[in-house]
Amino acid sequence: MRRTTDIEHLLNPLLQTSAVELLAISPPGWGANLLRGLTNSIQIAVGAFGLGLAIGIAGVWGKLYGSPVVRDLMEIYTTFVRAVPELVLILLLYYAGTDLINRALEQFGYATVDISGLAAGIGVLGIVQGAYATEVIRGAILAIPQGQIEAARAYGMPPGKMLRRITLPAMLPFAIPGLANLWLIATKDTALLAVVGFNELTQETRQAGATTKAYFTFFVAAGVLYLLLTLFSNVIIGRIERWARRGMPPIAETGR
Amino acid sequence: MVAVDAAKHPAPTDGLAAEAIHVENLHKKFGQLHVLKGVSLSARDGEVVAIIGGSGSGKSTLLRCINCLENPTSGIIRVNGEEIRLKPNGFGDSIPADRRQIERIRSRLGMVFQSFNLWSHMTLLENVIEVPVHVLGIKRMDAIAEAERLLARVGLAEKRDVYPAYLSGGQQQRAAIARALAVQPRVMLFDEPTSALDPELVGEVLKVIGDLAREGRTMVLVTHEMKFAREVATHVIYLFNGQVEEEGPPEQIFGAPKSERLKQFIRSIG
Repeated sequence: MRRTTDIEHLLNPLLQTSAVELLAISPPGWGANLLRGLTNSIQIAVGAFGLGLAIGIAGVWGKLYGSPVVRDLMEIYTTFVRAVPELVLILLLYYAGTDLINRALEQFGYATVDISGLAAGIGVLGIVQGAYATEVIRGAILAIPQGQIEAARAYGMPPGKMLRRITLPAMLPFAIPGLANLWLIATKDTALLAVVGFNELTQETRQAGATTKAYFTFFVAAGVLYLLLTLFSNVIIGRIERWARRGMPPIAETGR
Repeated sequence: MVAVDAAKHPAPTDGLAAEAIHVENLHKKFGQLHVLKGVSLSARDGEVVAIIGGSGSGKSTLLRCINCLENPTSGIIRVNGEEIRLKPNGFGDSIPADRRQIERIRSRLGMVFQSFNLWSHMTLLENVIEVPVHVLGIKRMDAIAEAERLLARVGLAEKRDVYPAYLSGGQQQRAAIARALAVQPRVMLFDEPTSALDPELVGEVLKVIGDLAREGRTMVLVTHEMKFAREVATHVIYLFNGQVEEEGPPEQIFGAPKSERLKQFIRSIG
């Protein structure tokens, strides 16, 4: 019997206010905070993934077609970024990066700037994503039947147009699984930005939990939000993949 | 196949038709391997030049050097009278010195590959209009009208919205020929167009190429189909070991070969 009271005592703070009240959108509920955190997380994920894709395409271009110096630089970039833990990179780029930029600005006589958490987050995660995207896209481009690239050359397509019209669309079916992984990782890597005090979903959840002591309720709620984001992403990714594979017969039919 | 000598246009005598392709003293080395040892070739407007030879004789390499898909080691290449400017690439080969020049020349050479090489993410129609619209700058509507005409011509009008992977090899190759025709090529280059096809599909592709030859298209054709070469070619070049062993009109090459090696080659092909 005593036991039960202990547990009741422990659970008391959790049960004092119902989860519904805690998660209500309007104050004193914390729902709005969580949703704001989620929006920030999505913004960073979208920005970082986009930046990562752009870096990835440029990186592949450098690795496959660049001069030896460019190739070496790209190799150093992908090796370094993939070697260092992301948390370390985030701390390094966020603190050292903003410091470096401000020192450079001072050096040239400009006023220092306050770099927004959003911009810094996108920049940092984008650089990380770019290194992985480079390798995903490189693999996908190498998987394109070379004859298709050769046909584009044989018909006088300039390099930029060939990239846009032939190489990128032809590599897409091979890149989608890897890029989808990267997107899902991006949505969750945003949580790492909590360490630099950026108000993304995990940070907001921690604050809500710390204030109300209803850690369980809030972290479960955050988990559900991440899950919903993933499920929604899967639907979109599925559509994109079907479109990207439009020229490819279903697997069962390809066997000879 | 239709008979031929009557339908075949007469070989132009010197000075009458302009030279569409001129290759002079072409050398190509792959590392230590000397694949082409000073080959010369000429195709005048309206001529169908067939290049024959055993595997490893360098016939495909010769064809691929004409539009610099393969970088020649040395030699002169002229297309429609315009010499391709070449510069050393530092690894012993010559590469096009002027990207715009080679792109312009390539865009008017209709190349057909052994393995079709249609773009897999585009329907047949999109494949055919791709170069006219995005390289030659022709209006999309006009390109589509022309592409429909060309697809009908190779018997694929109904397949215009189908992706290449859903078609047979013969259909894909006929679509690839339509793609080549869409650039209104002065010269068509065929690189063993039937070698990757199942035997029962060879005929439909040869028929399309034969029709093009008979209407007076200028072509350079690498082929293993000797009967076909004899029917449509105006000039046959027999390559052996990277050199022109014997060349002449098909009647001579197939009817009265002089070189021992050519005789043996024709016997072996049957």
